Amino acid sequence: MSFDNVYESLTEENDARWAFGTGFEDPLSGVDATIPEDVDAADLAAYCLMLGDDALIFSHRLQEWCTNAPELEDEVALANIALDLLGQARLLLARAGRAQDLDGAEDRYAFLRDEQEFRNVRLAELERGDFGELTARLLVFSSWRLALLDRLTGSRDPVLAAIADKGVKEVTYHRDYAARWAVRLGDGTEYSRERLMEGMASIWPYVGELFATHPIERALAAEGVAVDPAELREEFDDVLAQVMLAAKLGAPEVAPAAGVSGRTGRDGIHTEAMGYLLAELQSVARANPEATW
Amino acid sequence: MSDRTPESEAPERGWPLYEVFIRGKRGLNHVHVGSLHAADDEMALRSARDLYTRRNEGVSIWAVRASHIAASSPDEKDPFFAPSNDKVYRHPTFYEIPDEVPHI
Repeated sequence: MSFDNVYESLTEENDARWAFGTGFEDPLSGVDATIPEDVDAADLAAYCLMLGDDALIFSHRLQEWCTNAPELEDEVALANIALDLLGQARLLLARAGRAQDLDGAEDRYAFLRDEQEFRNVRLAELERGDFGELTARLLVFSSWRLALLDRLTGSRDPVLAAIADKGVKEVTYHRDYAARWAVRLGDGTEYSRERLMEGMASIWPYVGELFATHPIERALAAEGVAVDPAELREEFDDVLAQVMLAAKLGAPEVAPAAGVSGRTGRDGIHTEAMGYLLAELQSVARANPEATW
Repeated sequence: MSDRTPESEAPERGWPLYEVFIRGKRGLNHVHVGSLHAADDEMALRSARDLYTRRNEGVSIWAVRASHIAASSPDEKDPFFAPSNDKVYRHPTFYEIPDEVPHI
């Protein structure tokens, strides 16, 4: 059985062993994977790492809810969401590797880069809080990412467009999940409302950074390859306002978190939490380089 | 987490039980696949999606509160089901069934 293409290895034997049929779909099947000629490959790789790292690092935080969620049903829901994001991260890191002609790119990017080489927004890496904090962060992250992926489906890079197309369906559900919990907690008891508001206040300083345009994003957006995050703010504010209204909450008033000389996650400047996260994520791979099952 | 919950506001422990039915891609009827706990109908549907349709199983989900299901009792097994054992005329064994008719 080959692991090069998981979809093939699932279907190559016969359809019959799957009770509900196969119907597996490779999101990249039939997509031309050559890098468009007039696009700067180094820029494209850097951009794929930004979006891929957002997904990889937040997925890790969500995985920490396994065995810690308040209900079994929510634990499975959160694990599903984490896996969706991990899948997006794999495709994006692989795309970055292709642009850089790097073999085994996914693993090397995920496990062998140092902290300052990660390009994720700092919102993704913040230490895991309580369920109120999770609800707030997932709502903010998925509302922002959905607006981003939605526009990215029109990218001139066919692979980015295909990844975005797959991601939109997934992240739509993530946002729905978070919004339902936000309304449930916000419009619940005084205590649940307080916990949600505390969570919202704790992550809000990192929201401004989501909409700050990095020079690489600006350059690629001008070429029709990337999305300028500054354009997402209006839709994001709209969505949040709707959810907050339904949850009978106001927007938090907290000052944005400062960067280092104006530099933030996209520049490789991270919070203290990032080092601990990477230690857990990378220690096995670094102790046993190139080990396989 | 729960140690921060004030006594007076602690919610009643436990959500009601729901039974979940899924209709697969290959048609046929909704089939019982399992159960879950949820605070209300909407949450039950969402959780059912997460728990029971992870492998392409379904195109339609029903979730119903377990307490709303009228179920036969194991004690009544004999009077309920045994009388059909010897009534062969109830089965379609006396005429040809076309190949195109499945699931009889």
